[in-house]
Amino acid sequence: MVEINLNRRQFLKLSGATAATLAIVELGFNENEAKAKTKEFKIAKSTVTPTICCFCGVGCGILVHTKDDTVVYTEGDSDNPINEGTLCSKGTTIRQVYTSEKRIEKPLYRAPGSDKWEEKSWDWMYKTIAQRVKDTRDRTFVEKEDGITVNKTEAIASLGGAALDNEETYLLAKLMRGLGVVYLEHQARI
Amino acid sequence: MTNHWSDIQHSDCALIMGANPAENHPISFRWLTKAQEKGGKIVSVDPRFTRTSAKADVYAQLRSGTDIAFMGGMIKYALDNELYHKDYVVNYTNASFILKDTYEFNDGIFSGYDEPTRKYDKTQWAFETDEEGNPVKDMTLKHPRSVFQMMKNHYSRYDADTVCSVTGTPKEDFLKVCEAFCATGAPDKAGTILYAMGTTQHTVGTQNVRAFGMIQLLLGNMGLPGGGLNAMRGESNVQGSTDFGLLYNNLTGYLGAPTMLHPTLEAYNEKETPSAGYWSNKPKFLVSLLKAWYGPNATKDNEFGYQYLPKGNKNYSHINLFSAMYKGELEGAFLFGTNPVVGGPNAGKEKEALGNLKWLVAADLWETESASFWQKEAGSNPSAISTEVFLLPAASSYEKEGSVSNSSRWMQYRWQAIKPKGQSLADLEIIHEMYLHLKDLYKNEKTPAAKPFNALDWNFGKGNHPDIDLVCKEINGYDLTTGKLVPGFGALKDDGTTTSGNWIYSGFYPEEGNNRAKSRDNKDTGGGNYLNWSFAWPANRRILYNRAAADLNGKPWSKKTAIIWWDASQKKWVGNDVPDFVVDRAPTDPGGTNPYTMLKDGVAGLFAGNLNDGPFPEHYEPFESPVANAFSSQDSNPAIQLFDGEFNLKGDYKQFPIVATTYRVSEHWQSGSMTRNQEWLSELVGHMFVEISEELAKEKGIKNKDKVIVSSARGEIEAYAMVTKRFKPYTIQGQKVHHIGMPWHFGYKGFATGDTANRLTPHIGDANTTIPEYKAFLCNVRRAN
Repeated sequence: MVEINLNRRQFLKLSGATAATLAIVELGFNENEAKAKTKEFKIAKSTVTPTICCFCGVGCGILVHTKDDTVVYTEGDSDNPINEGTLCSKGTTIRQVYTSEKRIEKPLYRAPGSDKWEEKSWDWMYKTIAQRVKDTRDRTFVEKEDGITVNKTEAIASLGGAALDNEETYLLAKLMRGLGVVYLEHQARI
Repeated sequence: MTNHWSDIQHSDCALIMGANPAENHPISFRWLTKAQEKGGKIVSVDPRFTRTSAKADVYAQLRSGTDIAFMGGMIKYALDNELYHKDYVVNYTNASFILKDTYEFNDGIFSGYDEPTRKYDKTQWAFETDEEGNPVKDMTLKHPRSVFQMMKNHYSRYDADTVCSVTGTPKEDFLKVCEAFCATGAPDKAGTILYAMGTTQHTVGTQNVRAFGMIQLLLGNMGLPGGGLNAMRGESNVQGSTDFGLLYNNLTGYLGAPTMLHPTLEAYNEKETPSAGYWSNKPKFLVSLLKAWYGPNATKDNEFGYQYLPKGNKNYSHINLFSAMYKGELEGAFLFGTNPVVGGPNAGKEKEALGNLKWLVAADLWETESASFWQKEAGSNPSAISTEVFLLPAASSYEKEGSVSNSSRWMQYRWQAIKPKGQSLADLEIIHEMYLHLKDLYKNEKTPAAKPFNALDWNFGKGNHPDIDLVCKEINGYDLTTGKLVPGFGALKDDGTTTSGNWIYSGFYPEEGNNRAKSRDNKDTGGGNYLNWSFAWPANRRILYNRAAADLNGKPWSKKTAIIWWDASQKKWVGNDVPDFVVDRAPTDPGGTNPYTMLKDGVAGLFAGNLNDGPFPEHYEPFESPVANAFSSQDSNPAIQLFDGEFNLKGDYKQFPIVATTYRVSEHWQSGSMTRNQEWLSELVGHMFVEISEELAKEKGIKNKDKVIVSSARGEIEAYAMVTKRFKPYTIQGQKVHHIGMPWHFGYKGFATGDTANRLTPHIGDANTTIPEYKAFLCNVRRAN
């Protein structure tokens, strides 16, 4: 395992600013020898991608091993100077964020008064949501108040965003302010 | 955080208060352990003996909501015993400034208070100035109206006996904490304060942090390696989402959102731009943001599109938002990965409020309690709820790419490991698509509502999937005269020739092909600052205010606490970090000894006249408290906003005599949707519980694992009793007071389910931030059968 870790470290350093993924087998790791030692070496031939943990604000590095369109293994990123390979209980089980059967995989809609979800297409969802937003916004939009241009709607709120990436929060802030939303809040308040 | 995780190893003493990093930020503890191995001390102050307390050298218990009493006592201890760092206090703080005689403090009230509006006239908290408008100073600190003497006088009432009668801390433990932490006032020592929501979620939350800031300034700990004031953030990008302006009162980069008090750009600039300090550049940052958002539609002739921005006229924060929703004033809401039915205060009322919406859009990985608030298992009657709900499947953090900013302000990149699960999509794409569909509906309209929306400049590539690289570059900003990326915020201008979506991040992408969030060179560049790993805003600086780690002549206070220093031969500041100072400004130059460059006076504020509830932190009891305030006749913070009717239910101590607080466990995260939907973590902590002392259990006839009912003025929940030694009854002003605590992770969805603690918490917030007071409220406990 020491050899693997050294190789991985070397690779990730070399990768620099480019997307850092690798197949362990490409680094001269002797796959047959490993197979001889362990029958089920799940991460052989897996692709390794560095990420940052999605839980608290420490920002630990994690390596995600993927193979055959699924996540087969995750481990602490020993190159990351914050955690140097270590992880807590949540970081350790991050694989199940992907594999959990509880993940919703399709857009769901609940009609007024209904007691169930209905599956809908993305396109239907976007179109219907955009229509609702426009309808509410146009009816409640205030252009001027006491002679001052205010360009706002106080009838739409947006909450959340602490789990989004920076680039996503940027687009969300731009879109919501652009729409005139003033009830704009997220988890930093609560 | 002013400092960063690995920097904690340099600390001689870490005061951990209002936080439990061993449980909630477990990996941070590696660095605390390293500090301990080098001889540093860990001090834990907490109502409960936590996992952090178990690792601490000194532990002291305090009743929830009495931090200012505790810290006020520590300030008095440092002053009385002359343990403060004198040179630092005299030169780098406003201790020497003379206060006008309009400033007064009397029986819990500062001058300028208007009772009907519960607001202060802050102009009464001002400094004497000379003809040129500069503060009048007394560098001997002896003037009776100097900040130093006024501070000394203010905290003279916080003697150890009074403090301990309020906090319930054994006096010897209180003194041990003071002794351990105040020892870092020596010039060659550094102490850090680590805090989290146990500090901020109070009606005096901001002043709790201020009290920490004051002691750090007195001890000369700000700007030093191993020092600083360090907020440990609870979500992987709550730092970034705050930096990027997802709060009603901030645009990006902490530029205040315009209100009706700022009818024009000129009025905004005049009101919001200080005459000195780095914020005097604010107009450059705002105009560059407007150019990023409105592109060619932002011109000199139309105030660079300033009028397109919405202007509010009130407090739109979380509690007010749900109050408006409850009253039916809101029609629609978006929830991006957030779950207020579990995480919001007075969560039962917030659930009801959602039913008054016409439509709700939730983007999430899971069917959260909030997205399914209309279901029978939520206690709702679906046929009576007419809200349309759109639940959009979102991709998880490693099913997409993008950067996140940790507590240390380090912007680290996540690469995409796998394509999004099922039909789920990255939020970036969902937001982008939402824009495109709305644009499609508005494109031919010229109505007042259409105009500002159509003015947005949205160029993130063709097609449905936005080009994240273009988003990154827009955040960094361009020089429009050359078309090139700007090298940093120093290059931004207020004439419309530059753009920057978030000025504090400007410089993370200084040239083509160099997104510094992706930097992965983990060689220690000195002092454990890892300058080539990721990018830290601002300007890749790892320790804020680091000029203050050197004396007036630019020499480090000690070899041990050195970080940057003035190199006379090179005529610049050098060292182990990016200087938080003009790099070639000599100590002998004008302003050369003013380390707090963001502030108007260049020094830090022991006295801060800009907060809503007073220039010095003063102890007030929580909104719900078992005792009267021992320090004044003002029981709770006089400047907090009170809500009406069902949004302001207050428990009386006779009916609810027990102090309660909430907390988290290592195995679950926030409202639990990310962890209670995972098998292993659900198995590790599978049940809602309430932690009660052996003494309270005996009084109530409760045994370990019994089912109990916890009640407050807002509601009741059921939980398993966990009878522990970690809580002890308090003696408060001679009266016995019980204290309990419980996790707030549970709800009715997922593998691990349980009642929601926030059904008990009140709708009341801090006087400055309106952050809810989750951490101190009154309740009662009884056996379930």
